[in-house]
Amino acid sequence: MTLSKTLLATTALTVAGGAVAAQEMADSMTLVSWGGAYQSSQQQAYVEPYIENNPEVSATWDESSNEAVAKLRAMNEAGNITWDLVDVVASDAIRLCDEGLAMEVDHDELLAPGEAEDGSEVDPSDDFGDLIVSDCYIPQIVYSTTFGYRTDMVPEGADAPDEICDVWDLETYPGKRALEKRPINNMEWALLCDGVAKDEIYDVLATDEGQDQALAKLDEIKDDVIWWSAGADTPQLLADGEVFMGSTYNGRLYSVIEEQDQPVGMMWDAQVFDLDGWIIPEGLPEDRLARVKDFVRFATDTQRLADQAEYISYGPARETSAPLVPEDMKQHMPTDPENSENTFLYNYEFWADYRDDIDAKFQSWLAQ
Amino acid sequence: MATPNVVITETRTMPYGFTCGVVAAAGAFFGLFVGTAQGSGLVGIVLGAAICAGLAYLAMAYLGTAQERAFKWGVVALFALAGLLIGGVPGLVVGALFGWFLGWFIYWVGRCRYRMALPPYLTGGQVLWHYSFRVICGAIFVFLITPILVVMPLSFNAENFFTFTPEMLSFDPEGYSLRHYRNFFQSNEWQSALRNSLIIAPIATLLAVSFGTLAAIGLSQPHVPGRQVIMAILISPMIVPLIISAAGMYFFYSRIGLQGTYLGVILAHAALGIPFVIITVTATLVGFDRSLTRASANLGANPVTTFFKVQMPLILPGVISGGLFAFITSFDEVVIVLFVGSANQQTLPWQMFTGLREQISPTILAVATILVGISICLLTTVEILRRRSEKMRGMSPG
Repeated sequence: MTLSKTLLATTALTVAGGAVAAQEMADSMTLVSWGGAYQSSQQQAYVEPYIENNPEVSATWDESSNEAVAKLRAMNEAGNITWDLVDVVASDAIRLCDEGLAMEVDHDELLAPGEAEDGSEVDPSDDFGDLIVSDCYIPQIVYSTTFGYRTDMVPEGADAPDEICDVWDLETYPGKRALEKRPINNMEWALLCDGVAKDEIYDVLATDEGQDQALAKLDEIKDDVIWWSAGADTPQLLADGEVFMGSTYNGRLYSVIEEQDQPVGMMWDAQVFDLDGWIIPEGLPEDRLARVKDFVRFATDTQRLADQAEYISYGPARETSAPLVPEDMKQHMPTDPENSENTFLYNYEFWADYRDDIDAKFQSWLAQ
Repeated sequence: MATPNVVITETRTMPYGFTCGVVAAAGAFFGLFVGTAQGSGLVGIVLGAAICAGLAYLAMAYLGTAQERAFKWGVVALFALAGLLIGGVPGLVVGALFGWFLGWFIYWVGRCRYRMALPPYLTGGQVLWHYSFRVICGAIFVFLITPILVVMPLSFNAENFFTFTPEMLSFDPEGYSLRHYRNFFQSNEWQSALRNSLIIAPIATLLAVSFGTLAAIGLSQPHVPGRQVIMAILISPMIVPLIISAAGMYFFYSRIGLQGTYLGVILAHAALGIPFVIITVTATLVGFDRSLTRASANLGANPVTTFFKVQMPLILPGVISGGLFAFITSFDEVVIVLFVGSANQQTLPWQMFTGLREQISPTILAVATILVGISICLLTTVEILRRRSEKMRGMSPG
């Protein structure tokens, strides 16, 4: 059934080629995302309502965002783009855009205007504001990387950890820590706890001495670190009691605490904000592009982004969506004023320029 | 094997030093685990050795065989109680099991019962090797099977993590649930993955079996030129690293429009399965008597009839076992499908692979357990078929 449909579609494409009318839309989409709770929030907030309105459409998920850049390169080389819409973090979007693998979009033309509380319309480019970090990028949510800790492993007589530097305090809080196996975030946290002022961190990190300083600080806890690479690792390690504290995405911690009822607490101090959003691959055939544009306009409107916050504790990227987020979810949002007293915004430009160098240094430090 | 009514070797009481030494070594080994779990391995070794040596001396010097039964129960009770105090209900079970083993082991060593099953003329070294060999085999078996055994109880976890919870360890029914199995049967993603696997694997197997059998029969004819070379090429998918085949297939299939289609994945998996069929069928053909086909031709049957009426029934076990290997290969394969397939062709291993990376959910363990079950069934079938074919050809007396 599906096989013959695919074959038919392929034949139709090769035969008809550009003759397909611009208004004609493909009736299947392949969406690429991260799996887990995040993907299911997208499914519930955007895809299900969209399919309800357009019953002829079918959507398939591919949980490949992790290797999106590599796969899109291979698809481009093979001349066979099988993805329609790809969910990536901002830094990947910038790379894909630079390499010409993602399509540049006019945000004001493509996206729905924001619906402000007073009923007025806001231009999408104003509504998303600074979060449009690349011409190809359509942001959806703001998430943060932050620490969670086992509440039942806090030593007697000690307060629960509430500062980023408690990660380095092995005396008060003995036990293993889980840190991501990459320099990003770890280097910033290390410098911050080594007494560097927050607004000077990237200046310091740009120098060789600054990088050595950060690694020296990380050296203090290196023996007690378990390095993670997938977002699910830290929740698993915390649930096992393998680590006392660990960094991961705030939505993962939310699910560990609220949905899985594990004895885990949140530490919001020095959380690092990052973005997640869509890109449209370059080179889609016209009918598929038309369908994707229609879907993306719907999926990123004010209401849909606010709906997503019902299912996962990530902040909507539109300013106009914020007031619509349910009250009981607001306290779990990384952007909530109580949680965001001390935050970082991941510095894309810095890491775009320095990532390769610092990565090499970090990896050789890890191997020592 | 010694028959029960013939005593080959007399049992006797061994020197106390020997008995206590051997039992102390066993106690030290067990004590190492308990001690490490409690904080100090060294204390565990010393205490374990001392307690076990003491018990062995008590049994051999004072109780003898007369009180054997009472002693064994006493040891079970003692260790069960100790286990309960140290580790609760799980400790009780482990302690009782160890107590049972220790009671048996003390008398087995102390009364020289280990020689009972062996010929009396063996030297001490030979007896030692006889049992060491079995222990080594057992250790290798444990090494191979433990990862699979750990997965099975974890798949009944009530929590959403890969963790033995305290409830599970104390055998509390609350700690176990079938939710991950339910999730597997109710989730759309897993069900469509199962469906894809069940579409792709059988068709790929059918193709692999047809082509593989024909190739094996053709290549077994002595007059085919370059047999070795053709054979090597056909078997190459088994030898070339999968990732290389996968990358090659990806670019090739993309050019000809097969990438991301069911047909593409099926063809790729068939290519992987063909070597298995060729190898097993070639092996069965070795025992195939060629004069049978000549006899059949002599009686007026054309080659097709000969093949289906004479040759096929005789090589069927080889064909089926090759087919089963081809099926399992396709059913378990993840690398090729990640390249050649697209999101529409996500198979079970694909789903498990991405699931393991993005969300460590025990649903994967539930699926793994089901797959292990299926694999065991299939391999048992292969084994039964193999025995049947041996019987038919009179190679084995059973």
